[in-house]
Amino acid sequence: MGAGKVGSDIGVIMALDPVIMSRLQFAWVIAWHILLPALTVGLASYIAVLEGIHLVTGRDIYFRVSSFLIKIFAVAFSMGVVSGVVMPFQFGTNWSQFADKTANVLSPLFAYEGLTAFFLESAFLGVLLFGRNLVPRWAHFVAALMVAAGTLFSSFWILAANSWMQTPAGYEIIDGRFFPKDWVQIIFNPSFPYRLGHTVVGFYVTTAFVVVGIGAYGIRCGRFVAEGRTMLLMTLSLLTILVPLQILLGDLQGLNTLEHQPAKLAAIEARWDSARRAPLTIFAIPDEKTETNRYAFDIPILGSLILTHDVDGKVPGLKDWPTDQRPPVAIPFFAFRIMVGSGALMLALIAVSWWLRARGTIFRSGWFLRACQISAPIGFIAVLAGWTTTEVGRQPWTVYGLLRTTDSVTPLLSGTEVLLSLASYGLVYLVMFPSGFLLMARIISKGPIGGEAPESVAKAMPLSGSGSKP
Amino acid sequence: MSPEVFDFVPIWTAILGFAVFLYVLLDGFDLGVGILYGFAENTASRSLMINSIAPVWDGNETWLVLGGTGLLAAFPLAFAIIIPALYFPILIMLLALVFRGVAFEFRQKNVAHKIFWDHGFCYGSTLATFAQGVVLGAFIQGFQTTGRQFSGSFFDCFTPFSTLTGLALVCGYALLGAGWLVLKTEGDLQDKARRQGRWSFLGVMMAIGVVSIWTPLMTPSIAHRWLSWPNIGLLSPIPVITFALALWVWRSLNNRSVAAPFFGGICLFFMSYCGIVISLWPMIVPYRFTLWEAAGAPRTQAFLLVGTLVLLPVILMYTGWSYWVFRGKIRTDAGYH
Repeated sequence: MGAGKVGSDIGVIMALDPVIMSRLQFAWVIAWHILLPALTVGLASYIAVLEGIHLVTGRDIYFRVSSFLIKIFAVAFSMGVVSGVVMPFQFGTNWSQFADKTANVLSPLFAYEGLTAFFLESAFLGVLLFGRNLVPRWAHFVAALMVAAGTLFSSFWILAANSWMQTPAGYEIIDGRFFPKDWVQIIFNPSFPYRLGHTVVGFYVTTAFVVVGIGAYGIRCGRFVAEGRTMLLMTLSLLTILVPLQILLGDLQGLNTLEHQPAKLAAIEARWDSARRAPLTIFAIPDEKTETNRYAFDIPILGSLILTHDVDGKVPGLKDWPTDQRPPVAIPFFAFRIMVGSGALMLALIAVSWWLRARGTIFRSGWFLRACQISAPIGFIAVLAGWTTTEVGRQPWTVYGLLRTTDSVTPLLSGTEVLLSLASYGLVYLVMFPSGFLLMARIISKGPIGGEAPESVAKAMPLSGSGSKP
Repeated sequence: MSPEVFDFVPIWTAILGFAVFLYVLLDGFDLGVGILYGFAENTASRSLMINSIAPVWDGNETWLVLGGTGLLAAFPLAFAIIIPALYFPILIMLLALVFRGVAFEFRQKNVAHKIFWDHGFCYGSTLATFAQGVVLGAFIQGFQTTGRQFSGSFFDCFTPFSTLTGLALVCGYALLGAGWLVLKTEGDLQDKARRQGRWSFLGVMMAIGVVSIWTPLMTPSIAHRWLSWPNIGLLSPIPVITFALALWVWRSLNNRSVAAPFFGGICLFFMSYCGIVISLWPMIVPYRFTLWEAAGAPRTQAFLLVGTLVLLPVILMYTGWSYWVFRGKIRTDAGYH
């Protein structure tokens, strides 16, 4: 819908506008769904690494950590499957004009996701979860690898489709519908490499902080100290590479956005007038009516420097576009700052961890372990904030600059009907997701099978079989 | 050969038809186990039932995603009309699948709310199946369209006919589920599955009979397809074979056959599926758009076909392998731990 056109006085009408309601519904189902890939993509790779190390070294500790994480993975994966099945149908139920107009370009990307990824994960997951005693050890490791590969293929195709909506390429338009001209250009569209890198590394970082949190918990409660230490040190080392890499990738994606989606960038930075030597607005309350920022706290020149890597660089302003082509400002502005703020906190935690490691007190530092534990969900916050930034920043378009969101919705669909479906999704997800997350918390609090203090010789028990009934 | 001259529609029809049928069979039997789950007498048999499908259910459900995205890719116009027209049945199906899907993990690991998730599994499976049956019934009824868009009401799909097909599919999936349990279990549970299979079988036969009479009465073109000369002669083997299969399934449910009820049920589904295809051919949006009219761009169909021809056999191979790993009777100590 046209940004900034809706006054607060028509809130009731807005609430039953099928476009707004359908957007809310999509945001609701995708926001919950994305939490699961954010965890399973990273966890699958981590489990594959642990299984690999165990296969090579034969050390029990990796086996115990892996078996423990597989249980959490199983819950997350089943939630990911069922909330993922919901997604493709959204294009049909609520966005049928979008489906009709873009299917020739986007549908193979979705279908390839199903063919390469979803099947790979689902078929090998059964072996990963239940087959440890039924197949040779190498086959179990291969199953772990296949599940991990599946999650990465899945990210590849979904982000290719998402990126094409942001920076369309390789198409032609005939009678208002998109037709493919060049598949390489469609898949490897201008924002895709950056988005893929930034998202996958974001998912790895998210998982790593969850594992750090679990490890810290294990050490603090004393229930699985040895496993906790392995998890904590392994993932903190990994994060030392991943978090700076993620910041670099984010910067690259920012440059890409400046080039291909300048209006989105202007909204993210709440810049109204285009300018050289532009300041960086750290905080403000953007006001779309008066086209100004209230309570702004600016740092001179830094905006141009960060956004264009040049003190004289030109930063676009929203006034360059007519109001009906501008994205909402406040949501991308704040969401972006939440994401960057999360990144800064992550970096601080890692810096502190190295200081403590150098002093050799990392496992005895109660406040640090506590901070690790509290930081467990920080990646989810960053992922949701980043996703919100990029998707709201794409408005008022579904295909950037070419197809409006208002022209994408299912015709004749009324607000009341969407209200019914939105309420149903709301209710079911509010039962299902919190139950799932509580369940994962319960699995974590039980700890790994055979988890013991580091001094004692822990004996690994087989994962499957009658001996390990809960 | 350039994609513009080659007609990809027949091969995509075959692939999509195969994927949908495979979905119906695979998720059919595990949804069917979910339907019968509510009748299980004790926790032990419930655990056995759920363990018999735990390693394979999510792979089975993946065929639904492939069916949806395959329809979008091969016949986008059909997707853009049919899916919004089925707004509420699809909503109900998806939410029910959510509930029954997470119940696998949740009931096992959340002992405090085991009963809640047991119910979620049973009712979710039943409701998802019923909603799929409504989808089938609404599809056979056809959709009101204007131009490239659905123009009817979002409640058109709920009719006595679609209610009947909904109930029919519940019986059908229950039959497949019972067949699966006969195959995978022993003793009392197996005997009980046979009894449940017989009841489901009676429901299925009644539904096949009523639908076979109702559809030609409802839609003249279907009556013409089946009853005009020479079709009536050429198509007569369909009801004859179906009848013979029905006898075989009934007998197998009453003697000691282990595999016959399951595979007989599959054959019955295949015959019903053929019946629907014959009735509606060549329509993909019944009575409005043919497969060729709704087809996507040849370049799109070609691009996806290249990968599909390579990947589909691979998928079938490793799906088969994962079934092979979990072959044989399900025991109390296998599966969830």
